[in-house]
Amino acid sequence: MIDLKVEVRLFATFREGREKKYILELPEESNILTVLDMLKIKEEDASILLLNGRDGDAKRMLKDADVLAVFPPVGGG
Amino acid sequence: MARTDRYTRNMNTLSQEENRSLKSFKVCVIGCGGLGGYVIEMLGRIGIGSITAVDYDKFDETNLNRQILANTTTLGRNKAIVSCERMKKVNPEITLNPVEERFDNYNGNRIILGNDIVVDALDNSDTKRLLGRLCSEQKIPLVHGAIGGWYGQVTTIFPGDETMELLYKDSNNPGIEKQLGNPSFTPALVAAAQVAEVMKVLLKREGVLRNRILYVDLLNMEFDVVELKK
Repeated sequence: MIDLKVEVRLFATFREGREKKYILELPEESNILTVLDMLKIKEEDASILLLNGRDGDAKRMLKDADVLAVFPPVGGG
Repeated sequence: MARTDRYTRNMNTLSQEENRSLKSFKVCVIGCGGLGGYVIEMLGRIGIGSITAVDYDKFDETNLNRQILANTTTLGRNKAIVSCERMKKVNPEITLNPVEERFDNYNGNRIILGNDIVVDALDNSDTKRLLGRLCSEQKIPLVHGAIGGWYGQVTTIFPGDETMELLYKDSNNPGIEKQLGNPSFTPALVAAAQVAEVMKVLLKREGVLRNRILYVDLLNMEFDVVELKK
């Protein structure tokens, strides 16, 4: 049974070998780590995790219609 | 060409009054490499009155693929000095201040003090974070840019925004540029967006990327503006 649908947007190198955007159907009690695991993204590689525009840790729980954006660090100049 | 024609093509992107006002502004560019070379070029040509260019580093062969100021005659020379020499030839009406120092916790406040805005053209996250903190403490707006491979990001940070802390909270996480390097085209594009931000902040125009980050993806040719909420 699907309890929630979450939109996931990937940026920069996370798009390579993946889609730019996913609509994931997840069970209740899913958190951001659940999504990173599904997409085979290491938590330590994701420097910014914006959940509905707010940054924070990967243990945050997800709810229906959340939008998660995942970014790697970019530091060149 | 008569001196009075220098800024003719700035009209009507800028009003005459806005164009005249540019002479009174002081902009400090930290880093004169990939981003900084282009940033200084664009600031000088449009007519910013005073540009401080900061870099301790010298040009080497690995810079030739992308840094506009790196060429066979500048290899081995200091980047800040070269950038100012070039802009003196392009626009002798402006003041250029080269600073041959590594930006750090000791000289940082002295370097940025008195500027109307600072441009982050640094190439490492630790110094970017330091620059963010010092600009916030000195209450100077900061235009951030960063590049890696096909990708880049730009945002404008006002004192207290703490955007740099969000972008670079994990100092152990190297940027994607360590894997991807930096090609010729990404720095030029990100630098252009940074200079557009500088102009809007100085001229008090709308549309500034405050609490919003422009993400550039030249591989998929997509430009996303992501809102930051607190």
